[in-house]
Amino acid sequence: MTDPTLASRSRWVIRGALSRQGYLGFALAGLLVPLAGWWWLAAQGIVDPVFLPAPDRVLDSARAWLMEGDLLADVSISVYRVLTGFLISALIALPLGLFIGTFAPVKAFFEPLTDFVRYMPAAAFIPLVMLWVGIDEGAKIAIIFIGTFFQMVLMIAEDVRRVPMEQIEAAQTMGAERGEVIMRVILPSAKPAILDTLRITMGWAWTYLVVAELVAANSGLGFAVLKAQRFLQTDKIFAGIILIGLFGLATDQLFRWLHRKSFPWLHRT
Amino acid sequence: MTTPRISISALHKRFQTDQGEFVALRDVNLSVAPGEFVTLVGASGCGKSTLLRIAGGLEPPSAGAVAVDGRPITGPGIDRAMVFQHYSLYPWLTVVGNIKFCRQLRVHRDVSTSAEVEAASGRADALIRLMGLSHVANAYPNQLSGGMQQRVAIARALMARPHILLMDEPFGALDAQTREVMHDLILHVSKLEKTTMLFVTHDVEEALYLGHRVVLMAPAPGRIEAVYDVPLPGRREQDMKLAGEFLSLKREILAGIRATSSVRTDQELLDRLGEIPALQNDSV
Repeated sequence: MTDPTLASRSRWVIRGALSRQGYLGFALAGLLVPLAGWWWLAAQGIVDPVFLPAPDRVLDSARAWLMEGDLLADVSISVYRVLTGFLISALIALPLGLFIGTFAPVKAFFEPLTDFVRYMPAAAFIPLVMLWVGIDEGAKIAIIFIGTFFQMVLMIAEDVRRVPMEQIEAAQTMGAERGEVIMRVILPSAKPAILDTLRITMGWAWTYLVVAELVAANSGLGFAVLKAQRFLQTDKIFAGIILIGLFGLATDQLFRWLHRKSFPWLHRT
Repeated sequence: MTTPRISISALHKRFQTDQGEFVALRDVNLSVAPGEFVTLVGASGCGKSTLLRIAGGLEPPSAGAVAVDGRPITGPGIDRAMVFQHYSLYPWLTVVGNIKFCRQLRVHRDVSTSAEVEAASGRADALIRLMGLSHVANAYPNQLSGGMQQRVAIARALMARPHILLMDEPFGALDAQTREVMHDLILHVSKLEKTTMLFVTHDVEEALYLGHRVVLMAPAPGRIEAVYDVPLPGRREQDMKLAGEFLSLKREILAGIRATSSVRTDQELLDRLGEIPALQNDSV
């Protein structure tokens, strides 16, 4: 790798590898180039700042939101809604998905229904949810639940089904009973995939936040974005969207870290 | 005559498929003596793996029975351990963890006195040494080569001292050199542990080298075509594969497989290839 042309060529080999510095370089460029483009476009003055505020104005608006407004309150209530909706969803989806992926009758009973409901847009449930649950916190949590639960169940069931039959049968020939096969083979074997599923569905829970805060909310990041739109505060819309993105990214990284800590055999170097 | 370790009698297995009924096994009868090493070969679709799975209790027969030490089996049991071709190790457990897996199970735990627990851990150590796994005892399966992984799978299967080891093409995915090493290892183990072996393979040489008897099966419907006694001394050596009687038996069994296989070389097509001008180099 002393020859620089060789190094740069091997980077572009199909499915080639990238050194750590190489990765950081490209990743940083991928983030900075759009940011610089945004800055440049805003500085040119071709686009009305109402439509495209400059990055520094977005930053200012975020600072004002933090100092004078109620950014912290908005963030904490949004995090609370996302986490609660997600946790309730996971708490039911985990055992249900495990049973759907393990027992054919459970699969036959639940899967067609779940498949059907999951194509119904969560936003369309808002009127119903308001009617049934009301307009308080329960309603927002219910929307996030509806948006994530049905996908989550099917994905966990699929994770469970992907446990190799050989692992299960090997345990059976060693004398494992049904419950032992589930607890000592299927669950530990599917765990890494299930954690990945939780990570991905957590992302969806964040996207349903805005939808949920459409429901007569008067607080939260999503609500703040919607309110800012009403007053044409584009800079605050940007700040809100970017903040939601950052929180999503942070939870995603948290899940990845948890994955590395919990499943060391999958992350050897 | 003593009771056979495994006794398979009038065994039938039928599957329902979209094309109707498929007869996987028809009237299979086989007795295996304690400590005997029996290998099963045959063209694909002959039901050799199905037969092994039924003996393991993983699938029920449609008719007939499998008895172990005279008692008909009703499902999997700790007297019959199974080794698969791959994907059977637990990737979240280390090599030791995999080998000791059965100790977590109720059937093995209930009877455990402290002396037995100690004996078990001694046995795990012994198996690790026997299978040449000492230097990787704390590694995870995905850090091991295919051959080492199969050593772990065999050690894990032997942990509970099964009377019978059922092996379904356990070395099918290994390279030729590793396979030779594994052959001598498994022969050594079967003698040391006095385990009765039922071993499925598609490799006739492997079947002859390992087996006291080779069972030739045939497809459509799956059945036993012939049983051959292997005329080799109990202690096998790699050189024996080149002996005249080894080779002539190999030729006979290969011919038997070819005769019953539905897959054939398309000789007519190969002949025609020579007449197609575009396929001839000199025409370019």
